[in-house]
Order: sequence, then structure tokens, then C-alpha cells
Amino acid sequence: MTGEKRLTNSTTGGPVFVDVKDGKIVRIIPMDLAEEDAASWEIEARGRKFTPPRKATITPVTAAQKSMIYSPKRILYPMKRVDFDPNGERNCQNRGISGYERITWEEALDTVSKEMIRIKRDFGPAAIMSTASSHHLWGNVGYRFSTLFRFMNLAGFTYADHNPDSWEGWHWGGMHTWGFSWRLGNPPQYDLLEDGLKNTETIIFWSSDPEVNNGIYSAFESTPRRFWLKELGVKMIFIDPYFNHSAGLFADKWFSPRLGTDAALAAGIAYVWITEDLYDKEYVATRTHGFDTWKDYILGGADGIPKTPEWAANETRIPAREIKALAREWGTTKTTVAAGGLGGWGGACRSATGNEWARFMICLAAMQGMGKPGRNMWSTTQGAPCDEGFYFPGYAEGGIACDTTNSAAGHEFAYRMFANGRPSSSPINSPSGQHIPRLRIPEAILDGKLEWRGKGFCGSSIEAQFQKYEYPAPGYPRIQMYYRYGGSFIGTMTETNRYVKMYQTDKLPFAVNQSIWFEGEAQFADIILPACTNFERWDISEFANCSGYIPHTYSQCNHRIISLQAKCIEPLGESKSDYEIFAELSKRLGLWEAFTDGGKTELDWVKQVFHATDLPKGITWEKFMEKGYYVVPNKPKGTPSTPAMQWFAEGRKMDTPDWGPMPQDTVGFEGLQTTTGKIEFESSSLMRFDPDDEERSPVAKYVPSWEGHHSPGYNKYPLQVVSPHPRFSFHTMGDLKESWLNEIRDHRVLKEDGHRYWIIRLNTQDALARGIHHHDLVKVFNDRGAVIMAAQVTERIPSGTVHSYESCADYQAVGKPGESPDRAGCINLLTPKRFMTKNSYGMASNSCLVQIEKWEEVKQ
Amino acid sequence: MKKVNLIIDVARCHDCNNCFISCKDEHWDNDHSPIAVSTPRLGHRWMDILNIERGQYPLQDVCYLPKPCMHCEDAPCIRASRDGAVYRREDGIVIIDPVKAQGQKEIVDSCPYRAIYWNDEKAIAQKCTMCAHLLDKGWAQPRCSHSCATGAMEFALLEDLEMEKRVAEEKLEHFHPEYQTRPRVWYKNLYRFTKCHIAGSVAIHYGLECAVDAKVTVTHVATQATWSTRTNNYGNFKLDGFDRDSGDYQIEAEHTGITKACVIRLKESLNIGVIHL
Repeated sequence: MTGEKRLTNSTTGGPVFVDVKDGKIVRIIPMDLAEEDAASWEIEARGRKFTPPRKATITPVTAAQKSMIYSPKRILYPMKRVDFDPNGERNCQNRGISGYERITWEEALDTVSKEMIRIKRDFGPAAIMSTASSHHLWGNVGYRFSTLFRFMNLAGFTYADHNPDSWEGWHWGGMHTWGFSWRLGNPPQYDLLEDGLKNTETIIFWSSDPEVNNGIYSAFESTPRRFWLKELGVKMIFIDPYFNHSAGLFADKWFSPRLGTDAALAAGIAYVWITEDLYDKEYVATRTHGFDTWKDYILGGADGIPKTPEWAANETRIPAREIKALAREWGTTKTTVAAGGLGGWGGACRSATGNEWARFMICLAAMQGMGKPGRNMWSTTQGAPCDEGFYFPGYAEGGIACDTTNSAAGHEFAYRMFANGRPSSSPINSPSGQHIPRLRIPEAILDGKLEWRGKGFCGSSIEAQFQKYEYPAPGYPRIQMYYRYGGSFIGTMTETNRYVKMYQTDKLPFAVNQSIWFEGEAQFADIILPACTNFERWDISEFANCSGYIPHTYSQCNHRIISLQAKCIEPLGESKSDYEIFAELSKRLGLWEAFTDGGKTELDWVKQVFHATDLPKGITWEKFMEKGYYVVPNKPKGTPSTPAMQWFAEGRKMDTPDWGPMPQDTVGFEGLQTTTGKIEFESSSLMRFDPDDEERSPVAKYVPSWEGHHSPGYNKYPLQVVSPHPRFSFHTMGDLKESWLNEIRDHRVLKEDGHRYWIIRLNTQDALARGIHHHDLVKVFNDRGAVIMAAQVTERIPSGTVHSYESCADYQAVGKPGESPDRAGCINLLTPKRFMTKNSYGMASNSCLVQIEKWEEVKQ
Repeated sequence: MKKVNLIIDVARCHDCNNCFISCKDEHWDNDHSPIAVSTPRLGHRWMDILNIERGQYPLQDVCYLPKPCMHCEDAPCIRASRDGAVYRREDGIVIIDPVKAQGQKEIVDSCPYRAIYWNDEKAIAQKCTMCAHLLDKGWAQPRCSHSCATGAMEFALLEDLEMEKRVAEEKLEHFHPEYQTRPRVWYKNLYRFTKCHIAGSVAIHYGLECAVDAKVTVTHVATQATWSTRTNNYGNFKLDGFDRDSGDYQIEAEHTGITKACVIRLKESLNIGVIHL
């Protein structure tokens, strides 16, 4: 194309080529690999040879990037709330109502820095709170662990720690069954693609929709694998409240247990195995601990209730005969359970019963000899052949901050990146400093007092999550300022009218929002600082490599692709990169030298990252800048594969390149991280911590949900909502902002009033009973609030359960913010803020009861 | 002369919408004159994805059908246009000339597939160009198939005879053949979208066990045509490919010598429920 230049970049949904002309992006396309790039892997299995397509895949949110970059909702200049005067009336009660005026960068930066200095002098730096949304675009330099932590650690702040929202039940439950704390309890997945192709006969996708959630960040890299497995005759069974999109493509059988009853279904399966002698007794005897106690519970010795298929049918609404058939199929074929979409995760883990589901998954896999050929926990998304010996960090390894307490920098990257420099850390942002769980930011502001256990992602040990915290930490100040980075929490956290109300109070004297788009929480800030996308600045990254608590995540991809993220265009309007904004602020705070390390640009940092990795072993900096990407060669042909858990099943020392367990957690590097070194049906860590905790007892049990079909509110609110991670947007990214995703029929519905409504899916019978027709507007509500949505009437979900993805990007109250229905589609206004269990400080968003009625006020 | 063809396997599509979005990425805010000019940001569906849900819980299924301009050999839009505003290239691609089509709204209405869209601002009819501007510059395929991650969409540049061979070998079909416009877009497994199924479950021992490998025979009452299948280990069966509204069918289930039959009227795909033997 005349005058077009092809550059590279990358996203949460894959690396891309970007064609640019006259300072504008022409197109964004998935990468085709060149002949000169490293060869693709080959796997021989069952008489066939499998090799992936020579290209990288992308997700729809990546395909739609151009419409997000050039969005009418971009914030193009700094803004101030019209009735906010830092030296006079602040009018905090008008946040979200009074509107904005354009100001200069100078005024914006002066105002923010003066407030920071005032607060530091009057209260101390810990009175400044900051946190980002989970997925801050893509790139190791510009990411929240990197640029944000570098600046905030230097300036001083209280971090609102993220809860492990995708891991919850594995983190608070699974970890106590088998350790893997460095994976937050998720199963390892090394080389399981080869094992699966060669040996597996049945895959049970349980709370797993890989075609929608793409493992994490890996687009449709694993899609061909599932087609191959089908071609080989591998049977695929799906267990999910919703007939999900992977099921639509691949399911031989689908089960929809009533929400929150997955553990009951699992108990029913275990009952069949025990009574029909369908489990691996030798493995259970030699590789596990406490089975007899658990067996006693399953058979009813402990509580007088045998967990028969008939009992399970009553809880799950799945016919007992089908539970038996499932148990027999699982127990008589080489079966791998894809528990969650990544290998771990899954919506079932984000609920009141999430701990027990995750623990049951591990227990069931153990009963079937997990680690023996074809028998494992594998979600088909990770475990492709790759060279884990070639080092390139994921974003969670800390970037230009290398904060060893709050990222995975300490594993390796900090020593490479700052061999001759200084990583950034802060004593406030350490276990002995001050913290706030982001699920309790409103209570911290409004009530000024909190107690909880576990700081953020507790992966350093099994016991880390037991650590008690309080806010304010002893001697530390209460929050005076919120420096919010992005704007998603109303769409992504729980019972989120709390966040709206928090903004409308003097108890939060100053709120800044640094955001790309005007949406969500940005509309509640006093000062708005316009940031740009990663297509408008330099960065460097690898396809699907987040690392941290998912070591070697790139094994999801068919090729390890590391890309230069070129500055494709100048930042739109007056927007700036996050790094430039923080550099400007640091000038005013006297931190510029320290923050920029003597004046480094983002490209300088990219170069420093390049040289701190193994990239120079394969490509020169000059060639990398010119070509824009590098494909990491695979291990030499013939290198033996080391399938996850095979060493454990065979009683050998661990032979996978996994990050843990740490030496002190084992005896001579043998066994798992648990005290017994075994898979624990009866958990030794929970036995020590609180053996009497009924909600999370040492032996995994089915505990009915505190917001489900047994709970008191069920008569008033008889519909159970499942709100999985969204399909087309990546959390809030790509939703609204007039991006093309909004035109996707299964994402939003355009109504006569010109508004595009978020979708709630309900069964034909439930719709009929309420006089609701396909695409009618409905009010979904409970005591926590109301949301206006478009109804999708479907048979893909049974009566009594409704489905609406979480992560609406915006919040649009039809009346007073915080007290009226939202028509943007934040289902999380309705989800409970209650923690999963009294000692598990995770979110239970899939334990939510609502009622639905037709909404007649379309014209208003 | 090799001509363009697009082969879409609806059994491999799960509605990811990469094709729909990539098409917009190529055509919004880009001037590819003389092939095409910019589309509006929102509103056009040059690659439209239709969807259908068949049958009832828990044996229902879903199907998606990506529907671009069919680049018909007998294109009604060419006949409806004036001054050669719509023309067919030698490679079979049907193009709407963005200058000549000015004001010709009748082009939009002429398409039985509803694949042509009106651009209000520019007052022109617009549609899929098979990315002719890219093919002309040496691209191997259009943006839609390039972004397809499931292998549902294949661009095939073939001599007509070669294509005819593939049509026969792979049982490719046209969507709405009754329009008789001879499309260059072909579908595989189209029955998943256009036909319907009869599904159900068979149980034994008072419903306590699934009837495994039970024989299920379906007989069309009017013609006495029969089809048969066997239940899986969950006692489920599904027979597919029936016409909608095709009358009464007798369904008979047999397991260890015990049989039971019922008659249903088939309007749309149907889950007949559980047959207890």
C-alpha cells in the first residue's frame, strides 16, 4: 500500500501488525509468521502428526482496537469538575452530577501535585490511595505493575490490593488441598497437550469456556487443539450453568447444575466411584492423605447423609441416572478434567461454594490417578511445547518498577533489569505497611475501619492468606485522596453502588482519575488526566505472557512471539502516556531524577528490558527494532516432555520447570508443598488454622450457598445469576466507547431509544411467566439495586438460572447516582459484597439472587 | 481464469465475530477508491452473522451463519443499478462503484440476501468487496477469512471447474438457493442452520438408569420414510436434517426387547423429553 508502514504492537488478545499511513492507523491485523521465523512444533499422536498454523490469532477486542483508539469517548484534554475548588468548596456530594470543564495540563498537574504535597505534609503519604483496574492495556513498561508502581512507590501511597478475582476458590480453597501457592492453587499444565493428544479419552470441561475466555490473553491459539482432539475421538463433556460457546462447538453432553451446587455433583460422582469401585486405590493410598475421613463424609458416616446420586440430583437438578452415567464414564476412561478455562479458574470458583468446588476438583482428579497418562487436570489452553529456558518476563514480573514485594520481580527479573540500578519499592506497600482490599474501598472511606485476612494475592506460602490486617494500620492515616487509574470497578467488583456512594462524600476529599475513556468511575473524579493507549507509546511484551502467579503462561501459545510495541501514532489530542504523566508529576514532587532514572524515555526503558532478557541471544536490538518481533525457537527435537504431575504420580522428584515449591516447603525437594507432601483430602493447613470452620473445614464438603436455593431470600428473589467474565470485551475494555464490539448481536442490543443495552439471558419458561419477550427491556433487581438490560430468551440456560456477563464499562444511573437503576448494564450492582466464607476474603459474585420484570419506561 | 469463492463451514463457527470486526477495521475511515470508500463507524454489517438456537433444554444446539455479499453470478444488484454502478470483475467479485452509485438506493433494495447497506452521509450503497483492493495488491485472502481463528471460513481462488469439483466432493450448498442468483459463497453443514432435529432421552429401571445403546427409530407418518439411531451412554439421541413443518413423526425406542412409541408433530427442532422403558 502506498505510503503505508507496517509496525508491530500487542494486546490482551494477541500480537498484531499495525499498518500506519500519514500518522493514522489504517488497519490492525493478526500476525502471519515469516519463513525465517523459528519452526513450529510437531506432536505425533495416535498415528497423526499435529502442527499449528503459522500465524498468531487475535480476539474480537483486539480486532476492534482501532475503534477504541479513535473512540468519541476518548478523553482528549485534562478536565476539572466544574464545582470543584481545591482551595474553597469541593462539593464532593456533586461527584457524578455536576460535569466538567477543560483545563490545561499545567493546571491539572499543579492541582494534583499540590494536593499530594499537602496530604503528605498533613497526614503522611499513606493517606494517598491508588489502584488500577486489573488489565491495564498491554506491555511490560506501561503496565500497572511497572509505571504505576514505580511512581507511586516513590511518591508514597496505600495500595488498594487486588483480590485474586479469577482464582478465588483455588486460592482460598484449592491451595489447602495441594499447595501450589505460587500458582494460587491452580494446577500446573506443562506438556499436557502432548499427553492429551496421545492418551486422553474423555475431557470434562467443568466451569470452563476456553473459546470465550481464551485461557488468558492467548486468543484462539488453543482452538485447533480442541478440533484435533475431537477428530481423534476424544469425548467432550461440559458442566456449566450456561450452554457456553465451547460447548456449542464441541459438547457431546452438557450438564447445567443449579448454581452453587457443583460440589454436590462432585460428591455424587465420588459416591458412585467409591460404591462401584471405580477409583485408583493404589494412587489414593500412596499419593494422598486423609482419604478415609473424606470417604466417611461421602458415604454419610460423618453427617448421616450419604452423598448418593439421588441426593446430588436433589441439589443439582441433574437426574441421578445421568450423574451415575457421568461417574461411570469418568471412572472407566482415561479422563482429564478441564476445571476452569485456564487450568484452574472458572466461574464456579467465584462463589460462596467456590472453595469446595476447587477442592473437590483436585480430590476427584486424585481419585483417578492424576498425572498418569491421559489422566490429569488440563483445560486444553496451556501446555503446548515451548522452551521455558528462554527468559522473557511477563507483565507481572514488575517492568520498570521491579517491586519485589508486589510483583514477581524477585523471582528473576529484578536482578537482570536492575543489576546496576535500583528497583522501586515502598515500606507502606509491604506487609508491615498499610493496605486496603479493593473489595472494601468504600467501607475504608465511609466507615474508616476494616479487618481482614490476607494481603491481595497470597502466593508466597499456603499460610500467607491467614495473616490478619487492619485499616488504618497502626499509626497510619486514613485515606484523603484516591488516585484512580482506569474506571472499571462499578462493572467488576461486587454490590457496586457502594463505590458510587463512596465518591459522593466529603470523607473522600480528593479524587483523581487517570483514564483513556470517559466512562465508569472517571465521571466521579475531581480532576481527570487523559492517558493514551499502548498504540500511542513505546513498549515491549510477549504474547499471553503475564507470568507471576501463572508461571510460563506463554505455553498457551502455538509460538512464543515477543513483540516491540511501536509507537504507531502520536497520542490523540492532549492525551499522554501514563509514564509521561507520572514524569510530569514527579517534576513537581521533586522526584523526576528518581522516577525517570536520570531522564529515561519509554523507549530507553524498552531497550533496558530487551537487554535484561534472553532476546539478545536470538536477535540484535537493531534487527528487533526493524522487524518488530521475535519468535522463540522450541526446544531441540527429541527433548523429552515432562507432563505436569507425572513425576508425582510416578513417585519421582519434580522434573517440570515450575517455580515452586520452595525448598523449605518440602523435604529434600520431594512431593508437593503441603505438610504431608501429598494431596490432602484432609487439609493439614486448615487443620492447624481453624479445624472448626464449618464453611471451610479441613475435609472438603458441600456447603449450601449462603445466597442460593436454600437461603432465606430465595422466595423473594428466585432467580440465580451467573455472571462470568465477558465474551467479547476484555473485562471493560472494548465495551461501549462506541467500539465495534457493541454491534455484536450477542454483546449488546440496540433499542428504539438509541441506547445499546447489556444482555441478560433467561430461559423461555421464566420469560413466559413474566410476560417477557426476546429483546424486551427488563429490570433486574434485588435489595442492592436495579439494572436495566435487554432480555435474551434462550434454551441455553435452565429455568431458575439467568446469565449476564460481568464487566460493563460504563455506569449510567437513570436518576440519582447510587440510588437509581443503571442502564449501562452493571450486573455487579446486584452481586453480594459478602466474602466467600468468614475466612476467605474473596468475591462470591456467582452467588446472587434477583428478580426480573419487564421495564416499561423506555421512552423516559 | 481463477475466480474468488468463499467457503463457510457453519459447524466450525462459534460467533467470535473476528470476521465482522476485521471487515469494519478495513473499511471504516479508510478510502480504498475506486473499490470502496469509508463506511460509517457503526450500522453496516458487510459480514453479518446470523444465529439460530434449535430445540429445547438440555438437548438444544446453536448455529451461526456468517453472511457476506454472495457475489452472485446472476446479481440482482447489477440489474437494478444504473450507469454500470454495480459491476462484476473478471475474478467474479461484484463491486459497487462508490462514485457512480451515488443516490441509487434501489441497489440496497435489490438484494434478496439484504447484504447491501446505505451510507446516509455519502448517499451511496455499500457492501462487501471481498477486499478486492487487497487482493489486487497481492494479499492471499480477504480480512474476514484472514482473521478467522476456527477454520470456519476459507477463501478459495479457483477455476470454476475446480470449484465445481469441490462443491460436489464436500457437499457445499448455497444459502437460499431458491433465490437462484448463483452465489460465489458456499456453505458446509448448512443443515445445522436450515433444518431441524428430533432429540430425546431414553430411561430404564423407573428412570434410575440411562438406556444405553437403545435403538430409536423415527418414521415420517405421511411417507413412511424411516431413520434410526442409537442412544449414547446418557440415553440421549438426536436425529438431524428434517424439514421444518414437515408433519407427524412416530418415534419408537427399543431396549432389551421393550419398546415404546409416540407420535409428534414437527414444526421446529424438538426435544421430546424422556421415554421411560
